[in-house]
Amino acid sequence: MTTLSVSLTVNGKKVSADVEPRTLLVQLLRENLHLTGTHVGCDTSQCGACTVHVNGDSVKSCTILAAQADGADVRTIEGLAQAGVLHAVQEAFREHHGLQCGFCTPGMVMSSADLLVKNPNPSEHEIRTWLEGNICRCTGYHNIVKAVQHAAQTLRQTAQAAE
Amino acid sequence: MSVTSIGTSVKRREDKRFLTGKGNYTDDMNRPNQTHAYILRSPHAYAKIAALDVSAAKAAPGVVAIFTGDDMKVGSIPCGWQVHSKDGSPMKEPPHPPLAQGFVRHVGDQVAVIIAETYSEAKDAAELIEIDYHPLPAIADAKKALEPGAPPVWPDVAPDNLCFDWHIGDKAATDAAFEKAKWVAKLDLINNRLIPNAMEPRAAIGDYDVSNDLHTLYTTSQNPHVIRLLMGAFVLGIPESRLRVVAPDVGGGFGSKIFHYAEEAIVTWAAKQIERPVKWTAERSESFMTDAHGRDHHSHAELAMDDQGRFLGLRVATIANMGAYLSTFAPAVPTYLSGTLLAGVYTTPAIYGEVKAVFTHTVPVDAYRGAGRPETTFLLERLVDVAAEVSGIDRVELRRRNFIPPDAYPYQTPVALQYDSGDHAGCLDRALEKSDWAGFPARKAESAARGKLRGIGLSTYLEACGIAPSAVVGSLGARAALYEVGSVRVHPTGSVTVFTGTHSHGQGHETTFAQVVSDQLGIPIESIEIVHGDTDKVPFGMGTYGSRSLAVGGSAIVKAVDKIVAKGKRIAAHLLEAAEADIVFADGKFTVAGTDRSKAFGEIALAAYVPHNYPIETEEPGLEETAFYDPKNFTFPGGSHICEVEIDPDTGVTQVVRFTAVDDVGRVINPMIVEGQVQGGIVQGIGQALLENCVYSEDAQLLTGSFMDYCMPRADDVPFITVDHHTTLCTHNPLGVKGCGEVGAIGCPPAVINAVVDALKPYGVSHIDMPATPEKVWQAIQAARPAAAAE
Ligand code: FES
Ligand code: FES
Repeated sequence: MTTLSVSLTVNGKKVSADVEPRTLLVQLLRENLHLTGTHVGCDTSQCGACTVHVNGDSVKSCTILAAQADGADVRTIEGLAQAGVLHAVQEAFREHHGLQCGFCTPGMVMSSADLLVKNPNPSEHEIRTWLEGNICRCTGYHNIVKAVQHAAQTLRQTAQAAE
Repeated sequence: MSVTSIGTSVKRREDKRFLTGKGNYTDDMNRPNQTHAYILRSPHAYAKIAALDVSAAKAAPGVVAIFTGDDMKVGSIPCGWQVHSKDGSPMKEPPHPPLAQGFVRHVGDQVAVIIAETYSEAKDAAELIEIDYHPLPAIADAKKALEPGAPPVWPDVAPDNLCFDWHIGDKAATDAAFEKAKWVAKLDLINNRLIPNAMEPRAAIGDYDVSNDLHTLYTTSQNPHVIRLLMGAFVLGIPESRLRVVAPDVGGGFGSKIFHYAEEAIVTWAAKQIERPVKWTAERSESFMTDAHGRDHHSHAELAMDDQGRFLGLRVATIANMGAYLSTFAPAVPTYLSGTLLAGVYTTPAIYGEVKAVFTHTVPVDAYRGAGRPETTFLLERLVDVAAEVSGIDRVELRRRNFIPPDAYPYQTPVALQYDSGDHAGCLDRALEKSDWAGFPARKAESAARGKLRGIGLSTYLEACGIAPSAVVGSLGARAALYEVGSVRVHPTGSVTVFTGTHSHGQGHETTFAQVVSDQLGIPIESIEIVHGDTDKVPFGMGTYGSRSLAVGGSAIVKAVDKIVAKGKRIAAHLLEAAEADIVFADGKFTVAGTDRSKAFGEIALAAYVPHNYPIETEEPGLEETAFYDPKNFTFPGGSHICEVEIDPDTGVTQVVRFTAVDDVGRVINPMIVEGQVQGGIVQGIGQALLENCVYSEDAQLLTGSFMDYCMPRADDVPFITVDHHTTLCTHNPLGVKGCGEVGAIGCPPAVINAVVDALKPYGVSHIDMPATPEKVWQAIQAARPAAAAE
């Protein structure tokens, strides 16, 4: 069987691995790198549990091949907190009970974090529309949307303070 | 000073690991030297396996072993509940082999397991297996399956596809009530078949320790002890002492992870055959065709009223789809979890319900969030709205006239249950106020100005949780007990580990249970660890379902802590040289009443483990207690849900624009967690009412086999949900709690459909089946348009 060698940066660390051409990025992350925080909830690119950042954009890691991520800068849920301090989105999910079973959570958090970079002050409607690609069966989305609203506020305040 | 956190929204202790990617779900685990299993499944709804050749596949790269039904001759996957028919005969109970024995009976049925070094290799090899299927006629619709000449699922066991024909209540009294009726409301309805879709697909790892003959199964289960019992005793014949079942972090269940599934037995058994660990994780498409489905009832219901609109009698006939095999609790769902709730919140004196349970060539149907209670609640609350139409009595007023009054508790219904507490008018009043029911006409006018149809609907419901006592459920056919176990280990320095037989897969037990124990022992939450999900750690347990964890499992913990406190008092009496009766325990201190002489909880713990000065003649050292708690009755949560929808008449698209729930779940320990449970349940209810539907073709091919075809509620399908409480306490458990996990999924769907029907009233629509999809709503509007135009 042919294998490809891929090298990429994951959570700030250079990594490389030999993978089959058909290997998905999520498989590389979970199986080769043992970063099991990124989850697989479906086989049709619908659920968003596998969402990570690739070169700064949220991407469903079940939807790209590991080979396509060659040379990319990938961030997973394990790399979001900095120096033990939760990212504002993580903190808001904790504060506002934006998670129950936790399975959709890494994808929700990564997707929301990307939203708030692109749109620091989203409306409720914009949050709900953005998260349309992430399915949660537990929370009814109520507290997820609340958490994103609060995280947005926190991030805006932090940005203002830094100015 | 008291340190109680009961009633406060303590932030969840489990969140940090989930938020940082450090959760430990079954598929995140890997065992040394592990192999991977792919399960080859039937593409046919019903077929004879005429020939099966695995030789080419066995030679494929990486393949370790392949097993079929010929290799795996083990016991049958058991059904946990036996229902009897009207004539006293037991239900028809076909065998349920983990791997098919000559026949497959639904799409997705297990045919062979391919075990290889990698999952890809196993899956590739599966394509080399040659199977000669002889397809047979198949059927998916339960109603049609009862018709003469329908293809039988079990020609030898149940040639007419009837599993049982059950009834409850007093037929003669109910018929007599209809004789006296001024009005009769009638309704035919379908409770749509659902696919649970917990976001974590099922997974299982079998591990076998050859040197000690020990089996370990890691599995996505809501109840590891139940799996150990069912699989160990009935399927594989492994004694409990040689079988450990671990359910680590589990990504949602909603009922679908209660049941013992074939894959658990397959990996456990195969690990012993190959003496290597075997891991299997479902792909989502496998979840669709193997996780037990929910609902799928067809009912005809009639309600008799007198000239004041008082309910005189209720008659219901239901056909319930069981699927191809009887899953763990399946027979209980349309019967004892459904028929026993036909009184609802009303004083209907005469009730008669009949249920025909039917085999079809579909995935087994079993408990899904609410299990039987959503079906009955939907039926009742739709029927009451129809009754309001028929009698011309306002739907709110009609409900009020028939509520069981608060002073009637305890209330004996005509269908077996005795409700302990509730205040339905109180819940309704609060819900009407919170939802601004009175302001609806203005909102409707505002919607109309934008060309939208607005409707409002309500449901006033009651449900039964924490099912028990064991002796009663045993007499109704349960083959297991339904108590719960709590074990409390106080360590020498005063920290505490609590072992519970329930399982948390999103409910936040690590937080709520710690709040309860912290309150009782007067020690900080941080000193308390909650352990669940491992049969080697927790003495025993029945797991989490039916909103039972706090009402039953929490009560067991309270009882165990009571024993700790009692022993602590005896030790304190010795140390303080006082009479045991004079010792009071409060705020973490054992005090001689009326004095300032006391011993802290930690001092007592230390004395128990270092018994130098100790009542050693009468007390064993150590401080650890276990309680088995068998409840005296079910608990009865209830409430009022009010929904407002807006419909676009041009497209039929229906949006829930407001939703208000006022529930009575008994005492609330952690309001944040309770609200989350209710909101989640409500959105599952909105999913059932507007979006979700499991569709089989006539010949039983699953047509909704992925998230592309099966419409899950997404963030932009739902609004914020207003949740409030109107509390009466459960009278028979120590915490006064009733359960909150299912109220949302139970109370919500009729409120939504009542709102849709209300919005469509101008078009003469009197009922619409779930899900009220844009197409269905648009068709209903179109059907009415010519008539409306002709007027
Ligand atoms: S696993 Fe990637 S979208 Fe579902
Ligand atoms: S928290 Fe369970 S799926 Fe979202």
